[in-house]
Amino acid sequence: MQTQKTIIEKIWDQHVVYREDGKPDLLYIDLHLVHEVTSPQAFEGLKQNGRKVRRPDRTFATMDHNIPTKNQHIIKDLISKKQIETLEQNCQEFNIPLADINHPDNGIVHVIGPELGLTHPGKTIVCGDSHTSTHGAFGALAFGIGTSEVEHVLATQTLWQAPPKTMNVKVIGKLGTGVSAKDLILAIIAKYGVRFGTGYVIEYTGEAILSLSMEERMTICNMSIEAGARAGLIAPDDTTFEYLRGRKYSPVGAAFDENVSKWRSLTTDQGASYDSTVEIDAAEVAPQVTWGTNPGMCIPVDGQIPEPEAAATTNEKTEIQRALDYMGLEAGQPITSVKIDHVFIGSCTNSRLSDLRKAASIIQGRKVSPSVQAIVVPGSKTVKLAAEQEGIDKIFIDAGFEWRDAGCSMCLAMNDDVVPAGERCASTSNRNFEGRQGTGSRTHLVSPEMAAAAAIEGHFVDIRHYSAVTMKA
Amino acid sequence: MEPIRIHKGLVYPLNRSNVDTDQIIPKQFLKRIERQGFGQFLFYDWRFDQEGNLHDDFSLNASKYEGTSILVAGENFGCGSSREHAPWALQDFGFKIVIAPSFADIFKNNCVKNGILAIELSEEQTQSLMKRGEKELFHLTINLESKTIEDSDGWQIPFHILDYTREMLLNGLDEIGITLLHEEKISQFELSYS
Repeated sequence: MQTQKTIIEKIWDQHVVYREDGKPDLLYIDLHLVHEVTSPQAFEGLKQNGRKVRRPDRTFATMDHNIPTKNQHIIKDLISKKQIETLEQNCQEFNIPLADINHPDNGIVHVIGPELGLTHPGKTIVCGDSHTSTHGAFGALAFGIGTSEVEHVLATQTLWQAPPKTMNVKVIGKLGTGVSAKDLILAIIAKYGVRFGTGYVIEYTGEAILSLSMEERMTICNMSIEAGARAGLIAPDDTTFEYLRGRKYSPVGAAFDENVSKWRSLTTDQGASYDSTVEIDAAEVAPQVTWGTNPGMCIPVDGQIPEPEAAATTNEKTEIQRALDYMGLEAGQPITSVKIDHVFIGSCTNSRLSDLRKAASIIQGRKVSPSVQAIVVPGSKTVKLAAEQEGIDKIFIDAGFEWRDAGCSMCLAMNDDVVPAGERCASTSNRNFEGRQGTGSRTHLVSPEMAAAAAIEGHFVDIRHYSAVTMKA
Repeated sequence: MEPIRIHKGLVYPLNRSNVDTDQIIPKQFLKRIERQGFGQFLFYDWRFDQEGNLHDDFSLNASKYEGTSILVAGENFGCGSSREHAPWALQDFGFKIVIAPSFADIFKNNCVKNGILAIELSEEQTQSLMKRGEKELFHLTINLESKTIEDSDGWQIPFHILDYTREMLLNGLDEIGITLLHEEKISQFELSYS
């Protein structure tokens, strides 16, 4: 019998409430994050069946997907308003803590969880949102669920889950100057495709991963789902512990240190085996830009848009042609020649303070191209306030960006922040699906630095050859 | 949830890979607080133009597919967002079975919870159904008891499904109700656990 375990198996095994042959495991859930869009039907189900929320103390709610990012108190869309009010009523009725629009802790669910210290190593964390994988950056097993599963967790604090397969994504070498965590995860997805992670939980390992900050690790784990993996994680280390020390809901004093010694055991044992391993050399990664309609349709900024003729299969050829038609691009075109109309800096992928600092360092003393509309949407009220205290808001505003309130915003365009049909957006978000940022919108996924430079120039530029004012990272 | 045992229906072929849940149901329709009524928004941006008129060139709009209940699609169907509105929309539109070479994990789970049978066939098997669907209208009978797919000419293939999933679908079980039978175990776990 195998005694060496991966971190994935360790966390899993610690949470199995009940196991029976031929069934999935009944897995205990430590933390359930809730937001307005995927929860109303779950609460309704509880009420219809006269059920309670088993552990309101292990549940935390915010509103983020649907809320406006200017004049936040005026929600003109009545259906949106009702959804938000429904969350307020449900949280009140079931005694669930809620960071509502007026609360200083409000923000994007995957930004505030870590920021408030709710996210810890070794926890099982779920949320009715596929980017729950973000919390894996802390060595937690965190994955997105549907609304029926939301209801199941509310009622039982558990889920029936078949143990996942394990995958090691090993990143050797170091990232070059101007190359970010966003570029790395996009390059991994470009190399291995949008479904290589299906059925797996990924552990990211290797030198390049260990040297990343917590915010960069969150960017990596966030996009695991774009590779098909419900969860992606990174073993916790001193970087993790230092980030968590002193956070609002982190353990305090001796209890924190006790937890740290427990958390240190959350590493993959030497000799433990994964079901699959893939490798990438960080040194070979260039800044990335997506050209198509899924995150795997991605090329280095110095690359050219692919030719459908070069595709290996007929299906692939059709897919490329379809994406080119939708995106209004031509095969063989250099990506730097593509002009953009909008820039969105935000989302659970890239809206944290370090992301805003990096973007600000590019635009300082420059002006947004007259043909570009650019907005910055901080990930949380806390991020917004911290950025304002540093004067980052002024840098953005002086350059011609709009400085907005926190929320999911133009990542999925459920609120008023929409890219019009046929227009093109350089976006720091996570999905470039057809219509994602508005019906007919064209999305190019990039890092905050690349988005900032594109805002200034009106087209994509290679950030490695674009001078930046040095700011603290 | 309605049990599903044997289902006969008209096949609709959607020859696209990586159909994401944003395509299955775009975000502007996620604001509702009900579970019902999402079928009208299924594949909305493919079915309708900006003015809300039907697109002639999207095959699902063709009258010959009226009443279809079996969707055959390319690999990685249902990728992206965890929105359960995607299976709700498929079901409300009339789909009871989805066949593809692979599904995204969260989508597949969401289907089971709603009594939709998501069947994984090989790429070759799926493509052969796809090609046939593009040539002619045909019906399939999906038998979850015998785990087989057959047509009216006697053609038949088996499919694989986890026993647990099959039980849930065959009996239309309320999973929360089942889990609550284990409540004592959950309480014990919580006691032993800091």
